[in-house]
Amino acid sequence: MNLPVIIKFVIDLLAVLLLALGIKGLSKVKSARDANRLAAFAMSLSVVGLLSYYLGTSGIAIQSWIWIIIGSILGSLFGAILAKKVPMTSMPETVALFNGCGGMSSLLVALGVAIFPISGGQENFDFFKSLINEISISVSIFVGAITFTGSIVAMAKLQGWLSTPGWTQSKVRHFVNIVFAVASLIAFFDLIKGNTSSIWLLVIVSSLLGIGVTLPIGGADMPVVISLLNSYSGIAAAAAGFVVDSQLLIVAGAMVGAAGLILTQVMCKGMNRSLVSVLFGGSLSAQSTSSSGSGEYTNITSCSVEECALTLEAANKVIIVPGYGLAVAQAQHTLREVTKKLEQNGIEVVYAIHPVAGRMPGHMNVLLAEADVPYEQLKEMDVVNPDFPATDVVLVLGANDVVNPQAKNDSSSPLYGMPVLDVQEARTVFVIKRGMSAGYSGIKNDLFDLPNTSMVFGDAKKVLNDLIGELKDLGVGEK
Amino acid sequence: MSFISLLWVLLLGSLLGLELIGKVPPTLHTPLMSGANAISGITMLAALTLIVKAEGNVPLLIIGSVSLGFALFNVVGGFFVTDRMLAMFSRKPSNKK
Repeated sequence: MNLPVIIKFVIDLLAVLLLALGIKGLSKVKSARDANRLAAFAMSLSVVGLLSYYLGTSGIAIQSWIWIIIGSILGSLFGAILAKKVPMTSMPETVALFNGCGGMSSLLVALGVAIFPISGGQENFDFFKSLINEISISVSIFVGAITFTGSIVAMAKLQGWLSTPGWTQSKVRHFVNIVFAVASLIAFFDLIKGNTSSIWLLVIVSSLLGIGVTLPIGGADMPVVISLLNSYSGIAAAAAGFVVDSQLLIVAGAMVGAAGLILTQVMCKGMNRSLVSVLFGGSLSAQSTSSSGSGEYTNITSCSVEECALTLEAANKVIIVPGYGLAVAQAQHTLREVTKKLEQNGIEVVYAIHPVAGRMPGHMNVLLAEADVPYEQLKEMDVVNPDFPATDVVLVLGANDVVNPQAKNDSSSPLYGMPVLDVQEARTVFVIKRGMSAGYSGIKNDLFDLPNTSMVFGDAKKVLNDLIGELKDLGVGEK
Repeated sequence: MSFISLLWVLLLGSLLGLELIGKVPPTLHTPLMSGANAISGITMLAALTLIVKAEGNVPLLIIGSVSLGFALFNVVGGFFVTDRMLAMFSRKPSNKK
């Protein structure tokens, strides 16, 4: 072993250790930010390790440097700009986009190696001579393409650029996807047998498979899909690691792949959906239209903002239940104004955060944190549920399915079994909503029919602004 | 590196990943997903290798460079966006008197 090899070995080892510590630290609130930086540092370290190794052994041609610099600058620049500019509400689609590009990168590496076999260096770079290389190239292309097209479709759907076509909700989609899957398998084995030309078939059909699998999935399940695709991009990276013979790539890819799977599982649990039903069940609303859930509302009480303000003023304890509607209306800052006023009046305010509030688990916490809501006021579902009977007023803002009592009471409901917030236990519930439309699941919400529930119709931001005005008139929060 | 030892690396890496995140508070699901996503851009090392080994093959250099660009977009963007999210959490305690 000569010096460059030893240096690279040590750096790789260190990088793996730091990456593992980084992922570990990211799962605790206190250490998360440092852990993220640690992981970023480990990644830069790994680049230094790789470049110093090549400088010390084969050397790096000027021409290579030029292309390295062009690629790095453009990629980093666009990544940094997007990361700085993107609003917090579009976080899920941003992660999907980044993720898709990671998959694309692995795909391109495998493609490049497959089309232009690199002449042998001091390592055994005899591509397409061994079965293993062919398999890893095929896997890298297959998974990379699915990750890329799947992520892009997920992003487009979340952005609202793409709707769910009708045929994707019928049984036809299973047939179509099976055709794509079989075609990719054929191309896969053809490629392994040494038929290089089938590489394009593999690229095309696995791209189509990524689209076909993601397209039927409804918006509510998209976070799970993004998390799963994130896991795939790890697998694609690991496969690329086999292609270029890099242990570091394999370890890091495998770690992300496995951690992504666990995270997907955790998310599924929070939404009371199994991974199988997310992937093959189509969107939830399509299944439930004929079920017991859809019914007419019989006992809706609607009330004005003024009444709402009067009730709030007289309350001792208020729980806010924020949902996706709040995020869409960009009303988190206005909400913070309202709660500040209430707090100044000595009213206890707590935010009840359902595990899947917002569009991704933890997304609502990010949005509220952005609006300067103290972290201590955010209470998780299990903590806050026993508090509802002792609560005077609950404000439901743009949340729907997560406060549906059907999940507890109606065993025939598709929501049955999903953990929900027991808001109906509170004395008064105000639901601020634009209209009577159903939530993501498309299921009637029994909460709206209860006698202690009043609907305040209107856009969340406008209602909250009016509420601030009313509270001002009542002299709340002006001491 | 023999193929068998690479398989061992794959196996141990996967086991490590499964163990690393046992319990995650829901608050951190989004940042964790985004951070892990940034790490999956480690495939930039493969792109770098491709460029270095291209030996003047221009199409290969271009493919490698585009691949590197995509990967770094993922890595740099991913880490920045994660940091932006996490900054909002860590700012809290100092704000509170």
